[in-house]
Amino acid sequence: MHKTRILDLSEFSEQKNKKASIICSSLTFQKGEKTILSDLSVTFPRNGISVIMGPNGAGKSVLLRTIIGLLTPNSGCVLLNPEYAGRTALVFQRPVLIRRTVYGNLHHALGIAGVPRKERRKRIEELIAIGGLTGFENHPARSLSGGEQQRLQMVRALSSNPKLILLDEPSASLDPQSTLAIEEIIKSTSEKGVKLVLVTHDIGQAKRLADDVTFIHKGKILEQNISPDYFNSPSTPEVKSYLAGDLLV
Amino acid sequence: MSTLSEAFLQSFQLIFYLDDTLVEVVLLSLSVTFKAVSLACFIGFPLGTALAVLSFPGQKTLVVLFNSFMGLPPVVVGLVVYLILSASGPLGPLGLLYTPAAMIIAQTILVTPIIVAHSRQIIVLLAEEYDETLRSMQATRMDIMCTLLWDSRFSLFTTVLAGLGRAFSEVGAVMIVGGNINHFTRIMTTAIALQTARGDLALALGLGIILLVLTISINALAYWLKSTWERHSYA
Amino acid sequence: MSVLKWVVLTCVLVGYQVQASEDFILLQSTTSTQNSGLYEYLLPGFEKTHGIKVKVVAVGTGQALYNGSRCNGDVVIVHSPEDEKIFVESGYGINPHDLMYNRFVFVGPRSDPVGLKEEHSLQGVINKLGQGLAPFISRGDDSGTHKKELSLWRNENVWSRGDWYLEVGSGMGATLNIAIGLDGYTLTDLGTWLSFSNKSNHEILYSGGAELFNQYGIILVDPEHCPNANIEKANQFLQWMISPEGQQLIARYKINGQQLFFPNAKPKKIQ
Repeated sequence: MHKTRILDLSEFSEQKNKKASIICSSLTFQKGEKTILSDLSVTFPRNGISVIMGPNGAGKSVLLRTIIGLLTPNSGCVLLNPEYAGRTALVFQRPVLIRRTVYGNLHHALGIAGVPRKERRKRIEELIAIGGLTGFENHPARSLSGGEQQRLQMVRALSSNPKLILLDEPSASLDPQSTLAIEEIIKSTSEKGVKLVLVTHDIGQAKRLADDVTFIHKGKILEQNISPDYFNSPSTPEVKSYLAGDLLV
Repeated sequence: MSTLSEAFLQSFQLIFYLDDTLVEVVLLSLSVTFKAVSLACFIGFPLGTALAVLSFPGQKTLVVLFNSFMGLPPVVVGLVVYLILSASGPLGPLGLLYTPAAMIIAQTILVTPIIVAHSRQIIVLLAEEYDETLRSMQATRMDIMCTLLWDSRFSLFTTVLAGLGRAFSEVGAVMIVGGNINHFTRIMTTAIALQTARGDLALALGLGIILLVLTISINALAYWLKSTWERHSYA
Repeated sequence: MSVLKWVVLTCVLVGYQVQASEDFILLQSTTSTQNSGLYEYLLPGFEKTHGIKVKVVAVGTGQALYNGSRCNGDVVIVHSPEDEKIFVESGYGINPHDLMYNRFVFVGPRSDPVGLKEEHSLQGVINKLGQGLAPFISRGDDSGTHKKELSLWRNENVWSRGDWYLEVGSGMGATLNIAIGLDGYTLTDLGTWLSFSNKSNHEILYSGGAELFNQYGIILVDPEHCPNANIEKANQFLQWMISPEGQQLIARYKINGQQLFFPNAKPKKIQ
């Protein structure tokens, strides 16, 4: 059964849900014999930057894809706050830019987002400025460096004016300078009131960006806490050893 | 063999003196072929893309059918088109039999499956790559198909060339529906068939050489166009 | 919007080919008259004086009559009197005329392994070929020549076919090319043979008398059966072909000084 649906407002009327952006309820996702998400339930708060952490293979990427509807869970459902209806975006770890110029990629994304042709040029100029890609407009997108490509992906995600952006380890394979640039875009976007959910392996990055952190292990939520508390007083041994830099098996 | 050298001599003479009949036949060949292939692309590209992107009941069957139809026997296609366009056939009143339009129709039927099957193959690969990205952008099916089609345009060039090759060298179908009427529906291949029947093997072969030279020129031109366009716009 | 544009473009693309021109007639013809170059010699004069274009579709006699019966033509020129009779009697054609004649001839390799050269009767020729000492190539395509050839075997009661007898199902030219390639014998009309360029080491080995007579006929498509036929102009063409002017032109057509067709226009009597 497919279960990504948008709540109607009445379901969000409870005090608790009003503060929620995403509610995942009993999500199970199986790939062949392997269970990747196992009866996972989690609610992300309405505001700020939510960070998802966890060891490789914990199910973080699958969770993001399930939330945005790219994957269909075997059971369970995802509820999105109605204000995000049609206004979501996903940023991948490895950007898939289409075979056009920087300008062409943004023009294409704006077209899909339904932005009228006349308004696109101005919007593209803004986006290019945000991404620090001035001067690269007519470069083939795929000839850019890794960091530039990731910045282009970030601003492409912004092109549809989303209210909710999911980011899957956006700076995993980037040098520090590029990572910094990405983090700057993330912060400024959050300041504009956009909800961000970020998957990262980088503990430092989580500390710099997170308002709250959710820890996933073996397809289940182990811990969810606001940022300083999560890092200062982890309650489970798994999170403790993870933060200490041990390998979780 | 002397026939061979005579054939080269004949073809050089025909080209050198720019034989009127030859020019007429070549122009008609090109016109029929280009129109048929344009029509086939117009039908085949969207169809191939749809088969690559959409899944619906019977989609796999259609894929197998189009793959098989790449090998449609031209004579059979010619015969079917003949019966349909025949004065007493269902489309007889249009009066298309023995006209260039009839040849275009027959060749379009022959070329369309090639365009569909090849473009599907090319687009399936790109679709895999673009799939998550485009869906995460909430692209509609139409958005997805347009994006894939446009971004595959350089690879699809080969498909067009395959179609041109099939249409340009085809003789069986156009002979039946065109009638090989002098100054009206005679094209390179039917002219070659006629000269063979007349036993003028040197002239037939000479025309064959010209056909080959033309095919090579078209391919070279297409290749040059493609690389220039690609350089100017980037893939 | 852009889809509409494409549709219009497509219609234009195919559409402009369809010129409703009434100034032509469609002639369904046997191949020999076309392959021999007769039409290229005859037609320009007629087209000029009458302002009527003649489009020639050259196929075997059987196919030509079939196409005519399906109304894909206005006039037919064929050479199989039996079939012409049936065509008219079935209500497909009117105004049948004998047009011209020539002969069928047996051609084969100059070395003549069967020995046709010494034969002086058609029966002897048929008997010798029937021994199967060399390949005999048959049209096998329901054409006038094929029918003539079949009638010869039947008359002479030689029906035992071995692997020497090859039915190729092709036009006269293709059949000659095969006969030459295989050093075999075949029956051909004189017109095609005289105008055929790839004779190689083949030559006429027997050209008989009245039994190998090859009569060409011209018939109009019956306008009652085919209301769309351009019957008036087709009739102008027929009348011109059987007129003294047309007949003289036919007689004047020569290749290497040899006359290919002998005019003998007269109305055919068919009840």
